[in-house]
Amino acid sequence: MTAASTFDFALEVVNLQKAFGGLAVTQDVSLTVRPGERRLIIGPNGAGKTTLFNQISGDLTPNSGLIRLFGTDITQLPPYRRAHAGLSRTYQIITLFAGDTLEHNVTLGLLGLRPARWQMWRPMSSYGDLAIEARRTLDAVGLLHLAAHPISDIAYGEKRRVELAMALAQRPRLLLLDEPLAGLSNTERSTVKSLIASIPREITVIMIEHDMDTALDLAETVTLLNYGRVIVDGERDVVIADERTREVYLGT
Amino acid sequence: MKWLAIAAIVASPLVPVVAGDFYINLASQVLIAAIFALSLNLLVGFGGMTSLGHASYLGVSAYISALLTSRYGFGHGSAAAISITGTVAMAAFFGVIALRATGLGFLMITLALSQVLWGLAYRMSNVTNGDNGITGLTRPAPLGISLDSPASFYWFVLIVAAFACLMMAIFVSSAFGSSLKGVRDQPRRMAALGFNPWLVRWITFMYAGFWGAISGLLYVYYHKYIHPTSLSITSSAEALLGVIAGGSGTLGGPVVGAAVVLLLKNYASAYVERWNMMLGLVFLFIVLVMPTGIVPGVSRLAAALGRRSR
Repeated sequence: MTAASTFDFALEVVNLQKAFGGLAVTQDVSLTVRPGERRLIIGPNGAGKTTLFNQISGDLTPNSGLIRLFGTDITQLPPYRRAHAGLSRTYQIITLFAGDTLEHNVTLGLLGLRPARWQMWRPMSSYGDLAIEARRTLDAVGLLHLAAHPISDIAYGEKRRVELAMALAQRPRLLLLDEPLAGLSNTERSTVKSLIASIPREITVIMIEHDMDTALDLAETVTLLNYGRVIVDGERDVVIADERTREVYLGT
Repeated sequence: MKWLAIAAIVASPLVPVVAGDFYINLASQVLIAAIFALSLNLLVGFGGMTSLGHASYLGVSAYISALLTSRYGFGHGSAAAISITGTVAMAAFFGVIALRATGLGFLMITLALSQVLWGLAYRMSNVTNGDNGITGLTRPAPLGISLDSPASFYWFVLIVAAFACLMMAIFVSSAFGSSLKGVRDQPRRMAALGFNPWLVRWITFMYAGFWGAISGLLYVYYHKYIHPTSLSITSSAEALLGVIAGGSGTLGGPVVGAAVVLLLKNYASAYVERWNMMLGLVFLFIVLVMPTGIVPGVSRLAAALGRRSR
Protein backbone atom coordinates (compact mmCIF):
# COMPACT_ATOMS: atom_id res chain seq x y z
CA MET A 1 0.00 0.00 0.00
CA THR A 2 1.21 3.51 -0.77
CA ALA A 3 2.03 5.56 2.27
CA ALA A 4 -0.70 7.96 3.25
CA SER A 5 1.81 10.78 3.47
CA THR A 6 2.27 10.83 -0.30
CA PHE A 7 -1.24 12.21 -0.64
CA ASP A 8 -1.92 15.86 -0.12
CA PHE A 9 -5.37 15.22 1.25
CA ALA A 10 -7.06 12.44 3.15
CA LEU A 11 -10.38 13.80 2.04
CA GLU A 12 -11.35 16.29 -0.61
CA VAL A 13 -14.92 17.42 -1.06
CA VAL A 14 -15.47 19.54 -4.15
CA ASN A 15 -18.61 21.58 -4.86
CA LEU A 16 -20.91 19.04 -3.25
CA GLN A 17 -24.64 19.56 -3.80
CA LYS A 18 -27.51 17.62 -2.30
CA ALA A 19 -31.20 18.45 -2.19
CA PHE A 20 -34.18 16.55 -0.87
CA GLY A 21 -36.87 17.77 -3.23
CA GLY A 22 -36.77 21.54 -2.95
CA LEU A 23 -34.77 21.53 0.26
CA ALA A 24 -31.07 22.08 -0.38
CA VAL A 25 -29.23 20.35 2.46
CA THR A 26 -25.72 20.55 1.04
CA GLN A 27 -24.96 23.64 -0.97
CA ASP A 28 -21.69 23.90 -2.83
CA VAL A 29 -19.68 22.42 0.02
CA SER A 30 -15.95 22.20 -0.57
CA LEU A 31 -13.43 21.21 2.05
CA THR A 32 -10.10 19.44 2.34
CA VAL A 33 -8.68 17.46 5.23
CA ARG A 34 -4.98 16.61 5.46
CA PRO A 35 -3.75 13.15 6.45
CA GLY A 36 -3.63 12.85 10.24
CA GLU A 37 -5.68 15.97 10.78
CA ARG A 38 -8.33 16.28 13.55
CA ARG A 39 -11.26 18.15 12.08
CA LEU A 40 -14.33 19.26 13.95
CA ILE A 41 -17.54 20.03 12.08
CA ILE A 42 -19.93 22.31 13.93
CA GLY A 43 -23.15 24.03 13.10
CA PRO A 44 -26.68 24.48 14.42
CA ASN A 45 -29.23 21.69 14.18
CA GLY A 46 -30.23 21.08 10.59
CA ALA A 47 -27.03 22.60 9.22
CA GLY A 48 -26.43 19.47 7.14
CA LYS A 49 -23.58 17.95 9.15
CA THR A 50 -24.85 14.38 9.25
CA THR A 51 -26.07 14.66 5.65
CA LEU A 52 -22.53 15.57 4.68
CA PHE A 53 -21.23 12.53 6.58
CA ASN A 54 -23.78 10.32 4.86
CA GLN A 55 -22.53 11.49 1.49
CA ILE A 56 -18.91 10.89 2.43
CA SER A 57 -19.73 7.39 3.71
CA GLY A 58 -21.94 6.62 0.71
CA ASP A 59 -25.31 6.25 2.41
CA LEU A 60 -26.51 9.18 0.30
CA THR A 61 -25.46 10.02 -3.25
CA PRO A 62 -24.87 13.73 -3.91
CA ASN A 63 -26.65 15.44 -6.79
CA SER A 64 -23.35 16.79 -8.02
CA GLY A 65 -19.80 17.37 -6.86
CA LEU A 66 -16.87 15.14 -6.08
CA ILE A 67 -15.57 13.26 -3.06
CA ARG A 68 -11.97 12.02 -3.08
CA LEU A 69 -10.48 9.71 -0.49
CA PHE A 70 -6.67 9.84 -0.56
CA GLY A 71 -6.76 11.02 -4.13
CA THR A 72 -9.27 8.44 -5.38
CA ASP A 73 -12.67 9.55 -6.58
CA ILE A 74 -15.20 7.67 -4.45
CA THR A 75 -18.28 9.74 -5.30
CA GLN A 76 -20.08 6.89 -7.02
CA LEU A 77 -18.81 4.00 -4.90
CA PRO A 78 -21.29 2.07 -2.71
CA PRO A 79 -20.66 2.27 1.07
CA TYR A 80 -19.00 -1.15 1.35
CA ARG A 81 -16.42 -0.27 -1.31
CA ARG A 82 -15.58 2.88 0.62
CA ALA A 83 -15.04 0.78 3.74
CA HIS A 84 -12.53 -1.29 1.81
CA ALA A 85 -10.87 1.92 0.67
CA GLY A 86 -10.17 2.79 4.32
CA LEU A 87 -13.22 4.71 5.49
CA SER A 88 -14.99 3.96 8.78
CA ARG A 89 -17.74 5.75 10.60
CA THR A 90 -19.83 5.76 13.74
CA TYR A 91 -23.45 6.77 14.02
CA GLN A 92 -25.18 9.48 15.95
CA ILE A 93 -28.00 7.04 16.71
CA ILE A 94 -26.46 3.88 18.10
CA THR A 95 -26.48 1.21 15.40
CA LEU A 96 -25.28 -2.01 17.02
CA PHE A 97 -26.36 -5.65 16.92
CA ALA A 98 -28.38 -5.65 20.12
CA GLY A 99 -28.80 -9.40 20.56
CA ASP A 100 -25.13 -10.21 20.00
CA THR A 101 -22.19 -9.96 22.38
CA LEU A 102 -19.76 -7.06 22.37
CA GLU A 103 -17.11 -9.40 21.05
CA HIS A 104 -19.35 -10.49 18.17
CA ASN A 105 -20.11 -6.87 17.30
CA VAL A 106 -16.46 -5.95 17.04
CA THR A 107 -15.71 -9.21 15.21
CA LEU A 108 -18.24 -8.23 12.55
CA GLY A 109 -16.25 -5.05 12.07
CA LEU A 110 -13.12 -7.11 11.52
CA LEU A 111 -14.89 -9.62 9.28
CA GLY A 112 -16.25 -6.92 6.98
CA LEU A 113 -12.84 -6.21 5.49
CA ARG A 114 -11.71 -9.83 5.16
CA PRO A 115 -12.46 -12.38 2.42
CA ALA A 116 -13.54 -14.75 5.22
CA ARG A 117 -16.89 -12.96 5.28
CA TRP A 118 -17.91 -15.12 2.29
CA GLN A 119 -16.80 -18.36 3.98
CA MET A 120 -19.78 -20.73 4.21
CA TRP A 121 -18.18 -23.80 5.79
CA ARG A 122 -16.11 -22.87 8.77
CA PRO A 123 -18.04 -22.03 11.93
CA MET A 124 -17.76 -18.38 12.89
CA SER A 125 -16.68 -19.47 16.37
CA SER A 126 -13.50 -21.07 14.99
CA TYR A 127 -11.93 -17.75 13.95
CA GLY A 128 -9.65 -17.44 16.96
CA ASP A 129 -7.55 -14.68 15.44
CA LEU A 130 -10.61 -12.49 14.90
CA ALA A 131 -11.79 -13.10 18.46
CA ILE A 132 -8.37 -12.20 19.86
CA GLU A 133 -8.21 -9.01 17.86
CA ALA A 134 -11.79 -8.10 18.82
CA ARG A 135 -10.92 -8.55 22.48
CA ARG A 136 -7.79 -6.46 22.08
CA THR A 137 -9.86 -3.64 20.62
CA LEU A 138 -12.43 -3.95 23.40
CA ASP A 139 -9.56 -3.77 25.87
CA ALA A 140 -8.39 -0.55 24.23
CA VAL A 141 -11.78 1.05 24.89
CA GLY A 142 -11.91 -0.41 28.39
CA LEU A 143 -14.73 -2.90 27.81
CA LEU A 144 -12.90 -6.22 27.83
CA HIS A 145 -14.67 -7.30 31.02
CA LEU A 146 -18.02 -7.05 29.19
CA ALA A 147 -16.89 -8.87 26.01
CA ALA A 148 -19.23 -11.82 26.51
CA HIS A 149 -22.30 -9.73 27.38
CA PRO A 150 -24.97 -8.93 24.82
CA ILE A 151 -25.22 -5.29 23.74
CA SER A 152 -28.74 -5.11 25.20
CA ASP A 153 -27.21 -5.66 28.67
CA ILE A 154 -24.82 -2.73 28.73
CA ALA A 155 -25.25 0.94 29.49
CA TYR A 156 -25.67 3.69 26.93
CA GLY A 157 -22.22 5.16 27.50
CA GLU A 158 -20.67 1.74 26.97
CA LYS A 159 -22.57 1.32 23.72
CA ARG A 160 -20.99 4.56 22.51
CA ARG A 161 -17.60 3.03 23.18
CA VAL A 162 -18.54 -0.16 21.31
CA GLU A 163 -19.47 2.04 18.33
CA LEU A 164 -15.99 3.47 18.52
CA ALA A 165 -14.38 0.04 18.96
CA MET A 166 -16.13 -1.34 15.87
CA ALA A 167 -14.79 1.50 13.75
CA LEU A 168 -11.29 1.41 15.26
CA ALA A 169 -11.02 -2.37 14.81
CA GLN A 170 -11.12 -1.77 11.08
CA ARG A 171 -7.93 0.32 11.27
CA PRO A 172 -9.37 2.92 8.91
CA ARG A 173 -7.37 5.64 7.20
CA LEU A 174 -10.23 8.08 7.64
CA LEU A 175 -12.61 7.91 10.59
CA LEU A 176 -15.90 9.80 10.73
CA LEU A 177 -17.31 10.26 14.24
CA ASP A 178 -20.90 11.44 14.36
CA GLU A 179 -21.50 12.95 17.81
CA PRO A 180 -19.43 10.43 19.77
CA LEU A 181 -20.19 12.26 23.03
CA ALA A 182 -23.94 12.63 22.60
CA GLY A 183 -25.93 11.70 25.68
CA LEU A 184 -22.92 10.87 27.85
CA SER A 185 -22.42 11.83 31.49
CA ASN A 186 -19.43 13.95 32.49
CA THR A 187 -17.30 10.98 33.54
CA GLU A 188 -18.17 9.01 30.43
CA ARG A 189 -17.41 12.08 28.39
CA SER A 190 -13.88 12.35 29.69
CA THR A 191 -13.33 8.62 29.11
CA VAL A 192 -14.44 8.86 25.47
CA LYS A 193 -12.50 12.10 25.07
CA SER A 194 -9.25 10.48 26.07
CA LEU A 195 -10.08 7.53 23.83
CA ILE A 196 -10.46 9.81 20.85
CA ALA A 197 -7.31 11.69 21.84
CA SER A 198 -5.39 8.41 21.82
CA ILE A 199 -6.36 7.48 18.25
CA PRO A 200 -3.06 7.07 16.36
CA ARG A 201 -2.04 9.74 13.88
CA GLU A 202 -2.20 7.33 10.92
CA ILE A 203 -5.94 7.73 11.26
CA THR A 204 -7.44 10.98 10.06
CA VAL A 205 -10.43 11.96 12.19
CA ILE A 206 -13.42 14.08 11.25
CA MET A 207 -15.89 14.63 14.06
CA ILE A 208 -19.31 16.17 14.40
CA GLU A 209 -19.88 17.29 17.98
CA HIS A 210 -22.00 19.76 19.88
CA ASP A 211 -20.10 19.64 23.14
CA MET A 212 -17.71 22.46 22.37
CA ASP A 213 -15.77 22.33 25.63
CA THR A 214 -14.65 18.77 24.98
CA ALA A 215 -14.56 18.76 21.21
CA LEU A 216 -12.46 21.89 20.76
CA ASP A 217 -9.65 20.31 22.77
CA LEU A 218 -9.57 17.43 20.32
CA ALA A 219 -9.75 19.53 17.15
CA GLU A 220 -7.01 21.24 15.19
CA THR A 221 -9.24 22.61 12.50
CA VAL A 222 -12.90 23.50 12.47
CA THR A 223 -15.53 23.77 9.75
CA LEU A 224 -18.71 25.68 10.50
CA LEU A 225 -21.77 24.71 8.49
CA ASN A 226 -25.09 26.52 8.34
CA TYR A 227 -28.03 25.85 6.02
CA GLY A 228 -25.90 23.38 4.12
CA ARG A 229 -23.10 25.84 3.39
CA VAL A 230 -19.57 26.17 4.69
CA ILE A 231 -19.54 29.45 6.62
CA VAL A 232 -16.05 29.43 8.11
CA ASP A 233 -13.28 26.89 7.66
CA GLY A 234 -9.76 26.83 9.02
CA GLU A 235 -7.50 26.64 12.09
CA ARG A 236 -9.42 26.14 15.31
CA ASP A 237 -8.58 29.41 17.02
CA VAL A 238 -9.16 31.42 13.88
CA VAL A 239 -12.59 29.89 13.36
CA ILE A 240 -13.57 30.36 16.98
CA ALA A 241 -12.48 33.96 16.94
CA ASP A 242 -14.36 34.63 13.73
CA GLU A 243 -17.35 36.89 14.10
CA ARG A 244 -19.53 34.70 11.90
CA THR A 245 -18.97 31.70 14.15
CA ARG A 246 -20.24 33.63 17.12
CA GLU A 247 -23.17 34.91 15.14
CA VAL A 248 -24.27 31.54 13.77
CA TYR A 249 -23.32 29.11 16.45
CA LEU A 250 -21.70 30.18 19.65
CA GLY A 251 -23.96 33.10 20.43
CA THR A 252 -22.65 36.28 21.95
CA MET B 1 -35.83 -28.91 24.91
CA LYS B 2 -32.43 -30.15 23.88
CA TRP B 3 -33.43 -33.62 25.13
CA LEU B 4 -36.62 -33.55 23.11
CA ALA B 5 -34.61 -32.79 19.98
CA ILE B 6 -32.14 -35.57 20.72
CA ALA B 7 -34.99 -38.00 21.41
CA ALA B 8 -36.61 -37.10 18.08
CA ILE B 9 -33.33 -37.61 16.22
CA VAL B 10 -32.73 -40.97 17.90
CA ALA B 11 -36.31 -42.10 17.30
CA SER B 12 -36.49 -41.01 13.67
CA PRO B 13 -34.77 -44.08 12.11
CA LEU B 14 -37.05 -46.35 14.15
CA VAL B 15 -40.29 -45.09 12.60
CA PRO B 16 -40.55 -47.85 9.95
CA VAL B 17 -39.85 -50.47 12.62
CA VAL B 18 -42.66 -49.50 14.95
CA ALA B 19 -45.21 -47.73 12.74
CA GLY B 20 -47.60 -48.82 10.01
CA ASP B 21 -47.45 -47.68 6.40
CA PHE B 22 -49.80 -44.75 6.95
CA TYR B 23 -47.57 -43.27 9.62
CA ILE B 24 -44.38 -44.02 7.73
CA ASN B 25 -45.75 -42.08 4.77
CA LEU B 26 -46.86 -39.30 7.04
CA ALA B 27 -43.36 -39.13 8.52
CA SER B 28 -41.85 -38.94 5.01
CA GLN B 29 -44.15 -36.05 4.19
CA VAL B 30 -43.22 -34.28 7.43
CA LEU B 31 -39.53 -34.57 6.57
CA ILE B 32 -40.08 -33.20 3.04
CA ALA B 33 -42.11 -30.31 4.42
CA ALA B 34 -39.36 -29.76 7.01
CA ILE B 35 -36.64 -29.38 4.35
CA PHE B 36 -38.90 -26.98 2.49
CA ALA B 37 -39.62 -24.94 5.62
CA LEU B 38 -35.93 -24.91 6.58
CA SER B 39 -34.99 -23.53 3.17
CA LEU B 40 -37.64 -20.82 3.51
CA ASN B 41 -36.35 -20.09 7.01
CA LEU B 42 -32.94 -19.16 5.55
CA LEU B 43 -34.73 -16.23 3.93
CA VAL B 44 -37.35 -15.41 6.57
CA GLY B 45 -35.56 -16.16 9.81
CA PHE B 46 -31.89 -15.63 9.08
CA GLY B 47 -32.13 -13.14 6.24
CA GLY B 48 -35.16 -11.10 7.29
CA MET B 49 -36.63 -11.57 3.80
CA THR B 50 -40.24 -12.67 4.18
CA SER B 51 -41.11 -14.50 0.98
CA LEU B 52 -44.62 -15.55 0.04
CA GLY B 53 -43.49 -17.29 -3.13
CA HIS B 54 -41.24 -20.05 -1.97
CA ALA B 55 -43.46 -22.73 -3.55
CA SER B 56 -41.96 -21.59 -6.87
CA TYR B 57 -38.78 -23.53 -6.17
CA LEU B 58 -40.49 -26.66 -4.91
CA GLY B 59 -42.97 -26.63 -7.78
CA VAL B 60 -40.63 -25.80 -10.64
CA SER B 61 -38.09 -28.38 -9.56
CA ALA B 62 -40.85 -31.00 -9.27
CA TYR B 63 -42.31 -30.08 -12.66
CA ILE B 64 -38.95 -30.16 -14.45
CA SER B 65 -38.17 -33.59 -13.01
CA ALA B 66 -41.67 -34.88 -13.81
CA LEU B 67 -41.55 -33.66 -17.41
CA LEU B 68 -38.02 -34.85 -18.08
CA THR B 69 -38.59 -38.35 -16.73
CA SER B 70 -42.11 -38.96 -18.02
CA ARG B 71 -42.05 -37.22 -21.37
CA TYR B 72 -38.47 -36.90 -22.54
CA GLY B 73 -37.09 -40.19 -21.33
CA PHE B 74 -34.42 -38.78 -19.00
CA GLY B 75 -33.03 -40.92 -16.20
CA HIS B 76 -33.72 -39.79 -12.63
CA GLY B 77 -30.11 -38.77 -12.01
CA SER B 78 -29.77 -36.41 -14.94
CA ALA B 79 -33.35 -35.15 -14.48
CA ALA B 80 -32.58 -34.30 -10.84
CA ALA B 81 -29.36 -32.49 -11.82
CA ILE B 82 -31.19 -30.47 -14.47
CA SER B 83 -34.10 -29.63 -12.13
CA ILE B 84 -31.78 -28.41 -9.41
CA THR B 85 -29.62 -26.38 -11.80
CA GLY B 86 -32.69 -24.95 -13.52
CA THR B 87 -34.37 -24.05 -10.24
CA VAL B 88 -31.27 -22.38 -8.82
CA ALA B 89 -30.88 -20.41 -12.07
CA MET B 90 -34.49 -19.33 -11.72
CA ALA B 91 -33.86 -18.33 -8.09
CA ALA B 92 -30.89 -16.27 -9.28
CA PHE B 93 -33.12 -14.48 -11.77
CA PHE B 94 -36.04 -14.03 -9.36
CA GLY B 95 -33.60 -12.80 -6.73
CA VAL B 96 -32.40 -10.01 -9.01
CA ILE B 97 -36.01 -8.85 -9.39
CA ALA B 98 -37.27 -9.38 -5.84
CA LEU B 99 -34.20 -8.00 -4.05
CA ARG B 100 -34.76 -4.59 -5.57
CA ALA B 101 -37.15 -4.25 -2.65
CA THR B 102 -37.17 -5.20 1.02
CA GLY B 103 -39.96 -5.90 3.50
CA LEU B 104 -43.47 -5.74 2.12
CA GLY B 105 -42.29 -4.93 -1.40
CA PHE B 106 -40.11 -8.02 -1.42
CA LEU B 107 -43.02 -10.12 -0.19
CA MET B 108 -45.31 -8.82 -2.93
CA ILE B 109 -42.77 -9.41 -5.69
CA THR B 110 -42.09 -12.98 -4.59
CA LEU B 111 -45.85 -13.57 -4.43
CA ALA B 112 -46.37 -12.11 -7.90
CA LEU B 113 -43.58 -14.18 -9.44
CA SER B 114 -44.91 -17.39 -7.94
CA GLN B 115 -48.43 -16.56 -9.11
CA VAL B 116 -47.06 -16.22 -12.65
CA LEU B 117 -45.64 -19.73 -12.42
CA TRP B 118 -48.85 -21.08 -10.91
CA GLY B 119 -50.82 -19.51 -13.76
CA LEU B 120 -48.44 -21.01 -16.31
CA ALA B 121 -48.77 -24.47 -14.77
CA TYR B 122 -52.55 -24.19 -15.05
CA ARG B 123 -52.81 -22.63 -18.49
CA MET B 124 -49.88 -24.07 -20.42
CA SER B 125 -51.71 -27.36 -20.50
CA ASN B 126 -49.93 -28.65 -23.60
CA VAL B 127 -46.76 -28.76 -21.49
CA THR B 128 -47.95 -29.17 -17.91
CA ASN B 129 -51.21 -31.01 -18.56
CA GLY B 130 -52.95 -28.17 -16.72
CA ASP B 131 -55.42 -29.03 -14.00
CA ASN B 132 -55.00 -32.76 -14.63
CA GLY B 133 -51.43 -32.65 -13.44
CA ILE B 134 -48.74 -35.07 -14.55
CA THR B 135 -49.42 -38.64 -13.53
CA GLY B 136 -47.68 -41.98 -13.83
CA LEU B 137 -44.35 -40.83 -12.43
CA THR B 138 -41.80 -43.15 -10.90
CA ARG B 139 -39.42 -42.98 -7.95
CA PRO B 140 -35.69 -43.19 -8.53
CA ALA B 141 -33.73 -46.27 -7.49
CA PRO B 142 -30.42 -44.98 -6.09
CA LEU B 143 -27.69 -47.65 -6.17
CA GLY B 144 -30.30 -50.06 -7.51
CA ILE B 145 -32.38 -49.91 -4.31
CA SER B 146 -36.07 -49.56 -5.04
CA LEU B 147 -37.80 -46.78 -3.11
CA ASP B 148 -41.31 -47.99 -3.80
CA SER B 149 -42.01 -49.31 -0.31
CA PRO B 150 -42.94 -46.71 2.32
CA ALA B 151 -40.08 -47.80 4.58
CA SER B 152 -37.30 -47.62 1.99
CA PHE B 153 -38.57 -44.24 0.77
CA TYR B 154 -38.71 -42.98 4.34
CA TRP B 155 -35.08 -43.92 4.93
CA PHE B 156 -34.08 -42.21 1.70
CA VAL B 157 -35.89 -39.04 2.72
CA LEU B 158 -34.45 -39.26 6.22
CA ILE B 159 -30.88 -39.35 4.86
CA VAL B 160 -31.52 -36.38 2.58
CA ALA B 161 -33.26 -34.46 5.39
CA ALA B 162 -30.43 -35.13 7.85
CA PHE B 163 -27.93 -33.94 5.27
CA ALA B 164 -30.05 -30.85 4.52
CA CYS B 165 -30.33 -29.97 8.22
CA LEU B 166 -26.60 -30.37 8.67
CA MET B 167 -25.76 -28.26 5.62
CA MET B 168 -28.13 -25.47 6.63
CA ALA B 169 -26.85 -25.55 10.22
CA ILE B 170 -23.29 -25.18 8.92
CA PHE B 171 -24.43 -22.37 6.61
CA VAL B 172 -26.03 -20.26 9.32
CA SER B 173 -23.23 -20.71 11.85
CA SER B 174 -20.50 -19.90 9.31
CA ALA B 175 -18.90 -16.49 8.83
CA PHE B 176 -21.27 -15.98 5.92
CA GLY B 177 -24.17 -16.81 8.25
CA SER B 178 -22.97 -14.03 10.56
CA SER B 179 -22.86 -11.67 7.59
CA LEU B 180 -26.42 -12.70 6.73
CA LYS B 181 -27.76 -12.14 10.25
CA GLY B 182 -25.92 -8.82 10.40
CA VAL B 183 -27.49 -7.71 7.14
CA ARG B 184 -30.90 -8.73 8.52
CA ASP B 185 -30.45 -6.64 11.69
CA GLN B 186 -28.50 -3.58 10.53
CA PRO B 187 -28.08 -3.45 6.76
CA ARG B 188 -26.77 0.10 6.79
CA ARG B 189 -24.14 -0.59 9.40
CA MET B 190 -23.10 -3.77 7.62
CA ALA B 191 -22.55 -1.83 4.41
CA ALA B 192 -20.46 0.70 6.29
CA LEU B 193 -18.40 -2.17 7.71
CA GLY B 194 -17.53 -3.45 4.23
CA PHE B 195 -20.23 -6.07 3.61
CA ASN B 196 -22.22 -6.01 0.38
CA PRO B 197 -25.78 -6.47 1.68
CA TRP B 198 -27.32 -7.10 -1.74
CA LEU B 199 -24.87 -9.83 -2.65
CA VAL B 200 -25.23 -11.50 0.76
CA ARG B 201 -29.01 -11.58 0.29
CA TRP B 202 -28.79 -12.77 -3.31
CA ILE B 203 -26.48 -15.67 -2.51
CA THR B 204 -28.80 -16.70 0.31
CA PHE B 205 -31.78 -16.42 -2.02
CA MET B 206 -30.13 -18.89 -4.43
CA TYR B 207 -29.11 -21.22 -1.62
CA ALA B 208 -32.70 -21.26 -0.32
CA GLY B 209 -33.80 -21.97 -3.88
CA PHE B 210 -31.40 -24.89 -4.00
CA TRP B 211 -32.91 -26.57 -0.92
CA GLY B 212 -36.37 -25.68 -2.16
CA ALA B 213 -35.49 -27.61 -5.32
CA ILE B 214 -34.33 -30.60 -3.28
CA SER B 215 -37.59 -30.66 -1.34
CA GLY B 216 -39.45 -30.39 -4.67
CA LEU B 217 -37.71 -33.48 -6.00
CA LEU B 218 -38.59 -35.43 -2.86
CA TYR B 219 -42.14 -34.11 -3.10
CA VAL B 220 -42.62 -35.37 -6.64
CA TYR B 221 -40.92 -38.68 -5.86
CA TYR B 222 -43.24 -39.18 -2.92
CA HIS B 223 -46.50 -38.33 -4.68
CA LYS B 224 -45.50 -39.72 -8.10
CA TYR B 225 -47.77 -36.96 -9.30
CA ILE B 226 -47.57 -33.20 -9.68
CA HIS B 227 -50.37 -30.66 -9.85
CA PRO B 228 -50.41 -26.83 -10.13
CA THR B 229 -51.47 -26.56 -6.44
CA SER B 230 -47.84 -27.33 -5.55
CA LEU B 231 -47.06 -23.86 -6.97
CA SER B 232 -50.03 -22.12 -5.38
CA ILE B 233 -50.02 -19.40 -2.76
CA THR B 234 -51.47 -21.96 -0.32
CA SER B 235 -48.35 -24.04 -0.67
CA SER B 236 -46.10 -21.01 -0.02
CA ALA B 237 -48.29 -19.77 2.82
CA GLU B 238 -48.38 -23.13 4.60
CA ALA B 239 -44.59 -23.24 4.63
CA LEU B 240 -44.40 -19.65 5.89
CA LEU B 241 -46.98 -20.50 8.55
CA GLY B 242 -44.86 -23.46 9.60
CA VAL B 243 -41.72 -21.34 9.85
CA ILE B 244 -43.39 -18.62 11.91
CA ALA B 245 -45.37 -21.02 14.12
CA GLY B 246 -42.32 -23.16 14.83
CA GLY B 247 -39.96 -20.25 15.40
CA SER B 248 -38.22 -18.41 12.59
CA GLY B 249 -34.49 -17.95 12.84
CA THR B 250 -34.05 -21.22 14.73
CA LEU B 251 -33.08 -24.57 13.24
CA GLY B 252 -35.64 -26.69 15.09
CA GLY B 253 -38.53 -24.27 14.66
CA PRO B 254 -39.32 -24.81 10.97
CA VAL B 255 -39.13 -28.60 11.43
CA VAL B 256 -41.63 -28.50 14.30
CA GLY B 257 -43.80 -25.93 12.51
CA ALA B 258 -43.88 -27.91 9.27
CA ALA B 259 -44.83 -31.03 11.23
CA VAL B 260 -47.65 -29.20 13.03
CA VAL B 261 -49.10 -27.83 9.79
CA LEU B 262 -48.87 -31.18 8.01
CA LEU B 263 -50.30 -33.21 10.88
CA LEU B 264 -53.19 -30.80 11.31
CA LYS B 265 -53.84 -30.99 7.60
CA ASN B 266 -53.85 -34.80 7.64
CA TYR B 267 -55.49 -35.45 10.98
CA ALA B 268 -57.91 -32.61 11.41
CA SER B 269 -59.17 -32.99 7.87
CA ALA B 270 -60.33 -36.50 8.78
CA TYR B 271 -62.55 -35.18 11.57
CA VAL B 272 -63.32 -31.58 10.73
CA GLU B 273 -64.42 -30.59 7.29
CA ARG B 274 -63.09 -27.07 7.63
CA TRP B 275 -59.61 -28.03 8.68
CA ASN B 276 -58.26 -24.67 7.47
CA MET B 277 -60.24 -23.08 10.26
CA MET B 278 -58.57 -25.44 12.75
CA LEU B 279 -55.18 -24.46 11.35
CA GLY B 280 -56.13 -20.82 11.73
CA LEU B 281 -57.17 -21.30 15.36
CA VAL B 282 -54.03 -23.22 16.23
CA PHE B 283 -51.92 -20.58 14.56
CA LEU B 284 -53.75 -17.84 16.44
CA PHE B 285 -53.16 -19.67 19.71
CA ILE B 286 -49.45 -20.03 18.98
CA VAL B 287 -49.07 -16.38 18.03
CA LEU B 288 -50.90 -15.24 21.17
CA VAL B 289 -49.16 -17.53 23.64
CA MET B 290 -45.73 -17.88 22.04
CA PRO B 291 -45.23 -14.94 19.68
CA THR B 292 -41.70 -16.04 18.78
CA GLY B 293 -42.85 -19.57 17.87
CA ILE B 294 -43.19 -22.99 19.43
CA VAL B 295 -39.51 -23.87 19.78
CA PRO B 296 -38.32 -20.62 21.43
CA GLY B 297 -41.57 -20.51 23.45
CA VAL B 298 -41.25 -24.03 24.82
CA SER B 299 -37.54 -23.57 25.60
CA ARG B 300 -38.36 -20.46 27.58
CA LEU B 301 -41.13 -22.31 29.40
CA ALA B 302 -38.81 -25.22 30.18
CA ALA B 303 -36.17 -22.82 31.49
CA ALA B 304 -38.75 -21.09 33.70
CA LEU B 305 -39.97 -24.42 35.10
CA GLY B 306 -36.39 -25.51 35.71
CA ARG B 307 -35.75 -22.37 37.74
CA ARG B 308 -38.88 -22.84 39.82
CA SER B 309 -38.21 -26.48 40.67
CA ARG B 310 -34.73 -25.65 41.87
